Amino acid sequence: MDCDGAIHRVYHYLDGEITVWKRRAIKRHLDDCPPCADGFEFEIELRRVVAVSCTEEAPAELRHRIGQALGLE
Amino acid sequence: MADQADFAELAMPFMSGLYAAALRMTRNPSDAEDLVQETYLRAYRGFGGFKAGTNLKAWLYKILTNTFINIYRAKKRRPQQETLDDVEDFYLYRRIGGLEAVDAQKGPENEVLDAIPEASIKAALEDLPEQFRMAVMLADVEGFSYKEIAEIMDVPIGTVMSRLHRGRKQLQRRLWDLAIERGLVPSGSTPAGD
Repeated sequence: MDCDGAIHRVYHYLDGEITVWKRRAIKRHLDDCPPCADGFEFEIELRRVVAVSCTEEAPAELRHRIGQALGLE
Repeated sequence: MADQADFAELAMPFMSGLYAAALRMTRNPSDAEDLVQETYLRAYRGFGGFKAGTNLKAWLYKILTNTFINIYRAKKRRPQQETLDDVEDFYLYRRIGGLEAVDAQKGPENEVLDAIPEASIKAALEDLPEQFRMAVMLADVEGFSYKEIAEIMDVPIGTVMSRLHRGRKQLQRRLWDLAIERGLVPSGSTPAGD
């Protein structure tokens, strides 16, 4: 696996949607190629930042309203 | 067959996640609240048809998505099919990675990521065309697999992959534009348009 091959598959790799053989080949490439490994790290960090930023807490009032509608309260 | 008496206990824990998704879909807190409430009512009424032991979370997100499409798409008449330009791989990393870090330990990448305000990241995601936004949100915020997203959005897996791919890269491009606008990267950095 070369750089292009690894980078091209970055999302499938991070999503865990890839065969074990491809996963191993990419892993081997990342072990030997610090620039690609850095880029993969960046993609992981970016995804973490997006997920954390977009997390929300349902408003208490909404929770209460739905609970009432479902006959919980 | 699922028992309606169990519905609240099983479904209530998913409310914050559904609300977050609803906010990204509607881009408006009061519409998001109404959408979540309507989703719970529809799910409650349809719970008899839910197969116990199968994926309740995905089932709820599917109802959320359908409810959104029925109510809000009909209202706003957004185009059904949208396209996005392809953006090169590692778009953001290649731009930020070339910058000089103020704090060498941290590296320029994390420095820039940490400096982008949460509200701007939300805005960048909300700025994506609907079908890309939903795919990215379901995968990267909610953690669904390709197969689950395909079921939730009622499209083939190949379509999910392509929307994710393009949506994620477009998000990077918008974040880069944002970093330039906010002065988080040196002026003179290449704007996304070039």
